[in-house]
Amino acid sequence: MSRFQWLPDYLAGLALEHVVVLDGASAQPSERGPAWHLRLEVEDWSTAARVAATTGCRWAGVWGDHLGDAIEVRACLELHGDYLVLATRVPLAQPVLASHTPYYPAAERLERHLQDMLGVAFLDHPDGRRWTRHQAWREQDYPLRTDFPVHGRISRRTPADADYPFTRVLGPAVHEIPVGPVHAGIIEPGHFRFQAVGEEVLRLEERLGYVHKGIEKLAVGRDAEGLARLAGRISGDATVAHTWAACMAMERALGVGVPARALTLRGVFAERERIANHLGDIGAICNDVGFGFLQSQFSRLRETWQRSQHAAFGHRLLMDCVVPGGVACDVSDDALHLLASQHDQLDREMDDLMPIVDDYPSLEDRLCGTGVLREDDARTLGALGYVGKASGIDYDVRRDHSYAPYDRFSVPSPCLRDGDVAARLDIRAAEIRDSLHLLRQLCDSLTAGPVRSTWPTPMGGSNDVTESEGLGIVESWRGEVLTFVRFDANGLVARFFPRDPSWFAWPALERLIAGNIVPDFPVCNKSVNASYSGHDL
Amino acid sequence: MLRLLNKIRRTGIVTESVCANIESQALGLEVKRQIERRFGGSLAIRQIDAGSCNGCELEIRALDNPYYDVSRFGVHFVASPRHADVLLITGPVSRHMETALRRTLRATPAPKYVIAAGTCACSGGEFGVSYASCGAVENVIPVDVKIAGCPPSPTDLLSGLLSAIHAFGSR
Repeated sequence: MSRFQWLPDYLAGLALEHVVVLDGASAQPSERGPAWHLRLEVEDWSTAARVAATTGCRWAGVWGDHLGDAIEVRACLELHGDYLVLATRVPLAQPVLASHTPYYPAAERLERHLQDMLGVAFLDHPDGRRWTRHQAWREQDYPLRTDFPVHGRISRRTPADADYPFTRVLGPAVHEIPVGPVHAGIIEPGHFRFQAVGEEVLRLEERLGYVHKGIEKLAVGRDAEGLARLAGRISGDATVAHTWAACMAMERALGVGVPARALTLRGVFAERERIANHLGDIGAICNDVGFGFLQSQFSRLRETWQRSQHAAFGHRLLMDCVVPGGVACDVSDDALHLLASQHDQLDREMDDLMPIVDDYPSLEDRLCGTGVLREDDARTLGALGYVGKASGIDYDVRRDHSYAPYDRFSVPSPCLRDGDVAARLDIRAAEIRDSLHLLRQLCDSLTAGPVRSTWPTPMGGSNDVTESEGLGIVESWRGEVLTFVRFDANGLVARFFPRDPSWFAWPALERLIAGNIVPDFPVCNKSVNASYSGHDL
Repeated sequence: MLRLLNKIRRTGIVTESVCANIESQALGLEVKRQIERRFGGSLAIRQIDAGSCNGCELEIRALDNPYYDVSRFGVHFVASPRHADVLLITGPVSRHMETALRRTLRATPAPKYVIAAGTCACSGGEFGVSYASCGAVENVIPVDVKIAGCPPSPTDLLSGLLSAIHAFGSR
């Protein structure tokens, strides 16, 4: 399944730098764990990242796990669809680790998150400010440490995080525009701090974390079903993808097989979720430049799409439809026929509407050349999904690190180079067509059979940590979701870390808005449409 | 332009009457009357996400689509709490949003009504009370009406909203 042709080069690079790989040979990829694992000394952490950057790896996430008197820190890297997990154990007595950010700017916020949640200090990190922590817990408290109570240690009202030190741009005529956390529309909360001259944005700084709900902490002690329910509420618009990634991680951890019919149905759910969100976004992008007609049309299409999901699967957003070991409900042949007729219908609607989007001069005027994310920026920031694909990053987990049911099909994935709002809209439109094509194939290939396998009852007694953890990697509509789950000996969740692609889309927004005018921020933001909740956890 | 007009003509009007979950169309008429009498013909809602997963937002936004077209009842969503009659709040209240929520309520002119929408806003839902979450909206500010559902469908929201307006009107 995985090739890892680049790994010998990487290992040779490490050897040249005198990095000792403590354990790597015994943790080779398998069906249950497709990533390669390398264990390193704490002092080699930075060198490993530097060599990975020269090898060309993409940085895909970092997370920590409090184990006794140490914090196990892992970073995930990817190249050519092969995943490599680096691990090291940082002693609590001296919780200091070199930062990956100097080599991978994408690591910046996730390392700050890890610092706030587990108390690992990152050396050579360019930004020592808190990130996920506002005022709900004290600086010396680390919610993800096992001794931190889930109810916290503070009972008073939580004050506003008023003294967060934003970066100022100084100069004549530079003014600051604070926006949020409560925004002017029906959207999630977050704070944006613009530094502008007249209409032009010199710099945007985001302050997120407002919807931090302690998801990683709440996961601890849950059983598989409870975790799947929680994962479905990480980001409501990506409920299928997150639940799937969490279930995949749990299934790999315990070696649970999923019936073929269930896997195909998961694919159907995920593609339908992609289409629903893209329909909503295309309408909203056009609406943000004042073209209400397309908003009406696309929101109408989204509504009919959601209604048929409710009719066929029982939920308008497909929440809780993916469950550990399979899917929650089967679908009748009649319902399938109805869904299939909707595929052709949506194709025809797209035939009607996309020429209007493409040919309308005022749309072209507002969307083309607006909010450009350059390819090198996209690569540096690790942009995924339509944000990456619009800026020349041709990566799609379904195709490049294929998993069932996609391994049976050739998955098309569009890629453009303009990097502007128009390109991100075009990628969405192309993905709608591609997903419709996939949906037809998925529906045609549905074979009869069970839709859920029985979940193993925990036997207890096994203390082998590597035996009970798993990594789920799924292409959500926003791009790659990476989810780590570790079970304890009782079969309950001990660690859950879902990395939404929004972690990399938010910094991209900061980058692409510079030089644009303040009134174009809504349409730029919508074209990126990163999840606040998926990021804040 | 012709293409555009043609599409509008062929799409026609898809807006539906709101009988589904409401006892009768009479309630709809009564609500319109109450909005006329109590709110000068228009009810302004300020939606606040106090910590939701964004599922509720998707369904609230759907209220504006051509099928539900909530503005026909005189209901519309506004950008500022200063313009609002009603606060429609979703999510468990995250501790990081606690102060922002109180301040938004304070910025809303009286009479102000608070609706908690969605399971999390009603009871804390999957998140409950923790180091990061205050749980239900009523743990932070007084709530007048609750609309359950995870997320509540647009029909749930619409009927909840209409009965809420009815309740406000008869107060």
